[in-house]
Amino acid sequence: MRREAPKSFADYTPLLFPGLMLVVFFVVPFSTMIAVSFFKRNPAGFYTPDFVIDNYARFLTTFFAGVLGFSLMLAVLVAVCCVSIAFPFTYLLTKRSRRAQTLWLVGLLSVLSLSEVIIGFAWSTLFSQTAGITNLFVALGLMDKPVALLPTFGAVLAGMIYQALPYTILVLYPALVRLDPTLLEAARTLGASPVKAFFNVVTPALRNTIVATLIMVFVFALGSYLLPQILGRPRHWTLSVLITDQAIYQSNMPFAAAMAVFLVLISLALVGLTLLVGRRENAL
Amino acid sequence: MNRLISTQVSRRSVLGAGLATAGVLAMPSILRAQDKSLKVGVYGGYFKKSFDEHVFPDFTKATGIAVESVAEPTGEAWLVQLEQAAKAGQAPADLSMMSQTSTLKGQSTELWTPLDTSKFKHYGDLLPRFINKYPDGRVAGIGAVAWWITLVSNTDVYKEAPTSWAAFWDKANEDKLGLLALASNSFLLEVTAKTFMGGTNALDTEEGLNKAFEKLAEVKPNVRLWYRDEAQFEQALKSGEIPMGQYYHDVTGLAIADGFHVRTTFPKEGGIQDSGNWVLSRASTKVDEAHAFIDYMSQPSMQGVMSRKVGTTPTLKKEVLDLTPAEFASVSSDIEPIIPRYDLYTSKADWINQKWTELIVG
Repeated sequence: MRREAPKSFADYTPLLFPGLMLVVFFVVPFSTMIAVSFFKRNPAGFYTPDFVIDNYARFLTTFFAGVLGFSLMLAVLVAVCCVSIAFPFTYLLTKRSRRAQTLWLVGLLSVLSLSEVIIGFAWSTLFSQTAGITNLFVALGLMDKPVALLPTFGAVLAGMIYQALPYTILVLYPALVRLDPTLLEAARTLGASPVKAFFNVVTPALRNTIVATLIMVFVFALGSYLLPQILGRPRHWTLSVLITDQAIYQSNMPFAAAMAVFLVLISLALVGLTLLVGRRENAL
Repeated sequence: MNRLISTQVSRRSVLGAGLATAGVLAMPSILRAQDKSLKVGVYGGYFKKSFDEHVFPDFTKATGIAVESVAEPTGEAWLVQLEQAAKAGQAPADLSMMSQTSTLKGQSTELWTPLDTSKFKHYGDLLPRFINKYPDGRVAGIGAVAWWITLVSNTDVYKEAPTSWAAFWDKANEDKLGLLALASNSFLLEVTAKTFMGGTNALDTEEGLNKAFEKLAEVKPNVRLWYRDEAQFEQALKSGEIPMGQYYHDVTGLAIADGFHVRTTFPKEGGIQDSGNWVLSRASTKVDEAHAFIDYMSQPSMQGVMSRKVGTTPTLKKEVLDLTPAEFASVSSDIEPIIPRYDLYTSKADWINQKWTELIVG
């Protein structure tokens, strides 16, 4: 199929609808947020339109740098863990029968119907001392007495991986299902073991998909604000938690907006960097 | 719209014309224009359930004004929503229950319609701390409900009731406490000042505040959960997972009545008394209905009903109430309360918030 460059205005019309949606649901809200981030905060009330950089200045401290650093680290870790678990899982899933695949996918989709609140409370019960899994370990003779597994960093990580894993699998699934089987057959014919073929053939062939999935999970995890509160200590709170505090509890919209703009810019920069590195590697 | 109906055309002819005009029928406000109604925002969950059950039906019976209750979130989310809506001329609720800090913040943008106190028969019986005034003396809000934050503990874990807020600082309680996560809803600075610094006046100066923060930092190792969401702590308190902390006296009372092994204690330094006001959004047109509602709620008999059925503390003088001494004791205490320094959360809001966040996160 040959693609012709669009010539007349009419050729561009299919772009109108997505373009309009992008403007309405992204450009307008995001511009509003940027504008508000420069407004002047009135501590006794709300804010007045103005152009001040106080909100950004307040953010530039080691304290907020630490929180931002932690949030980014957590999101990267969740993304890496999710893809490391989901990629082999999805690969093996595509080798099952059609029926088994459907059942698994329906199961995964149903996990998506759980809200963050339910996931948070379920895991907090599971990790608790009074009703948690350690009671099971005690009953099995693996432990002496039940202990609380939260609030810990591990609990936060587990909750967030659980929440993001179905998305990861659903994003990876189409690419893996469409993977040309002859690639693997060739590898096997040339004497590669299934494990070797997976790592040396399947993984490199899908490198772009993997990078795209990592980015998606990273962005998804960056917005999490409930699970770190329910499963972690204050030092595990992400920047999103502090943004919520400012917006909801302190009604300091300008500062909340400035923090959010900062978070968006940093994550866009990271995503850009990842793509840049990926492109350079591909070019070699 | 009321005027349109009463002066130019009869209600019947509007209805007749409406049959031909789908657009008119799509506006139910016209069809119901003659019914008196009021949208009242109350804190979602327990308060809303109690008001729907014990308050609103009787009010409608007594006055003929229908009430639509709106569940509002605690914190300042509702204030922000009301403010945004008022800018657009909308009122998601006419009257709302509003915390003291939020009432003060709303004052700064004239968000609240000043109330005409001559319409409240029992205005003179209200305790002065339950009348919220603009700086120029106009009344911005009238006490709606008052409640206590007390020292709560699990009776299985603590056989003896703690007697002082100082228990939070006890090294024996390491990793055992659940405290509210914000300076402006936990009022722990006030607790620190009253317990160790002779009273909340110690917070008048920045030096005093710094001292209170320093003292409060010693509590950190004992805190297992800094909660924003009540359910999070209540569950853990009942199960003994987090056996001590600060919590609402009324809700803890309900948990005791349900047989859970918890207790609520008024420490010798006093419980924290917080309260909410009835405030009227400036975008609301239901000024008369709103006054009728506040008047109804401020009657001694209604305050009695609230104390007995909802467990809130009366906003009126003790003398005019019909509560028995035992009933009064269950919703209040003769120990002098710790009254939060609401002024700090408007005048020094950002400074305190920043110090506080660094204290608990850092």
